[in-house]
Amino acid sequence: MLEAIDLECTRGDRPLFRHLCFRLNPGELVHVTGVNGSGKTTLLRTLCGLTRASAGEVQWNGSSIHNLGDDYRSQLAFVGHSNGIQGELTSVENLRAAACLCTTHAVPIEQTLERVGLAPYRHFPSKILSQGQKRRLALARLVILQKPLWILDEPLSALDIDSVTLITGFLIEHLARSGMVIMTSHQEINVTAKTVLRIEIA
Amino acid sequence: MQHKYASPKFFYTLAGQLTPWAATITTLLLVTGLYLALFIAPADYQQGESYRIMFIHVPAAWMSMFIYMMMAGAGAVALVWNVKLAEIFASNCAPIGASFTLLTLATGSLWGKPMWGTWWAWDARLTSELILFFLYIGYMALQASIDDPRRAARAAAILALVGVVNIPVIHFSVEWWNTLHQPASVSKIGAPSIHPSMLAPLLLMSLAFTFYFFTVALMRMRNEILERERHTTWVARVLDPES
Amino acid sequence: MPKLLKAVGCLLHRDLTVALRRSTDILTPLIFFVIVVSLFPLGLGPEPSVLKTIAPGVIWVAALLATMLSLNRLFANDHADGTLEQMALSPHPLTVLVLTKVTAHWMLTGLPLVLISPLLAIQMFLPESAIGTLTLSLLLGTPVLSLLGAVGAALTLGLRGSGVLLSLLVLPLYTPVLIFGAGAVAGVIADIDVEAHFSLLGAFLALALAFAPWAAAAALRVSLD
Repeated sequence: MLEAIDLECTRGDRPLFRHLCFRLNPGELVHVTGVNGSGKTTLLRTLCGLTRASAGEVQWNGSSIHNLGDDYRSQLAFVGHSNGIQGELTSVENLRAAACLCTTHAVPIEQTLERVGLAPYRHFPSKILSQGQKRRLALARLVILQKPLWILDEPLSALDIDSVTLITGFLIEHLARSGMVIMTSHQEINVTAKTVLRIEIA
Repeated sequence: MQHKYASPKFFYTLAGQLTPWAATITTLLLVTGLYLALFIAPADYQQGESYRIMFIHVPAAWMSMFIYMMMAGAGAVALVWNVKLAEIFASNCAPIGASFTLLTLATGSLWGKPMWGTWWAWDARLTSELILFFLYIGYMALQASIDDPRRAARAAAILALVGVVNIPVIHFSVEWWNTLHQPASVSKIGAPSIHPSMLAPLLLMSLAFTFYFFTVALMRMRNEILERERHTTWVARVLDPES
Repeated sequence: MPKLLKAVGCLLHRDLTVALRRSTDILTPLIFFVIVVSLFPLGLGPEPSVLKTIAPGVIWVAALLATMLSLNRLFANDHADGTLEQMALSPHPLTVLVLTKVTAHWMLTGLPLVLISPLLAIQMFLPESAIGTLTLSLLLGTPVLSLLGAVGAALTLGLRGSGVLLSLLVLPLYTPVLIFGAGAVAGVIADIDVEAHFSLLGAFLALALAFAPWAAAAALRVSLD
């Protein structure tokens, strides 16, 4: 269970938002909206622990994420604005490296690449992939890592309609398995979840 | 966790009260010290009158080291306990420390000229001070390059801590390098054997420089507090008492 | 522990693979090293006695500068494509991951410098007795340069003008390694016992291994904030 308590973030000297509170339970999805520059990305990065909040706390199962450190990080998978893939490596190598760095269990790399439609390109360097394909590869990482908490920053950007359906399918599966999702998106998301919480940052 | 003493507003008022006192003490110490240094201390039997520049050179060298330590210490406090005031103190130490380092180098050069006829000598102290100067400049350049003040302060703090650990190593290495490479005819810029009447002005000048540092640091910190807290109401009241 | 070792092996393999596929990144500092050393005879004249005297210092300074040049590829590329963030979000200690990256970096940057140094020593008329000392001093010294450089690279991540700024930050910290590294070679030529030099270089390496990865990891977290 992820909880944000009285969260406040600043950029430079300007506060982006104050007294932000929410609770995310297994099977639930938080959809963060707001205009560009409102602090959505900063919020997500604060929830990951990459950025420090200027006030308030983020808690995972009752403990502050800063105290948990590596224990918290082993529970989350993050896909930010940049894809987190290296152009020189092939799709297979990218996923294998991500898996090796973050998990210990065996991962179905080939099957996942099939599902995201990248199987024909799996032994080519990732830099030849299109923007949409790279995004799909980045999101394939989520399926590989099998972490309970997904933190996603504009996951559906650069995706065509079929890919959006595919990724939405991933989200639904994950939520059905009692996973948790926090994401920002300009688009509407059609998921069935126990609760969908909308946070708008103004 | 805002301690009363760590609050910028409280410090602003306190610093405002302390500054005139610090400035007065600085002036008194400086005048006394210089008088003793220039007129009372006896001429050195070896170097004559020109050695008197030591009374600025040596305290300036001490200050350049002392300020770096303070800068690193404040940086550590800022990193560990997230104290804004410590950040402000650390970043304002740097230009003052760099100035003292430059003063050391300049006075060292002036001291060397009458002794050996050259404006520069690669002796151990001057070389160490030169490297220290580069460390200060690097610190200031790093802070200037980062727009976000919090990231700038924390990055600079890490740099200062790395520097403080390296300074003894650098000193030691330069000492060793100097003893190996110096030709026999050039002697180290060392203080002549200290006569007791030389000790007093040396200590007075050191204290004067220390109070000078505190005076200037207080003034600079007040300015930076005003700038950093410009969104708050108390600053608005300070800048425009009528509103 | 075995999980950590596996992650370390994986990261090492990944970094080496990526770097080898971007081979210009590896060759450029090496060529720079050779060019800089070759400039000195052109600037000072080819007199062997002159070149022999300046050789230890010149080769060492060139190694310093070549390392500086290569440091930007340590974190900057990963920062740009988002893999650095992913590394910071890994459940493994960032200190260990940073040490792994620096090791991969040194294997492809520092080690080639060490291996090519005998050729440059011959070019500068360094006596054969000193060539072994030169190589060994660089072998102990270049890892220290990579480790200290990593702290600088982490602090200047993503900043404009970061190349020059990095040099400004790190070159003063390199001076002890330079003094004892070049001093060891000069000492061997002058027939002085250089055991102390190597003990100190070893000590610097041990200290750098113990503290630099930790400082660099802290700096990375500050830069990713």
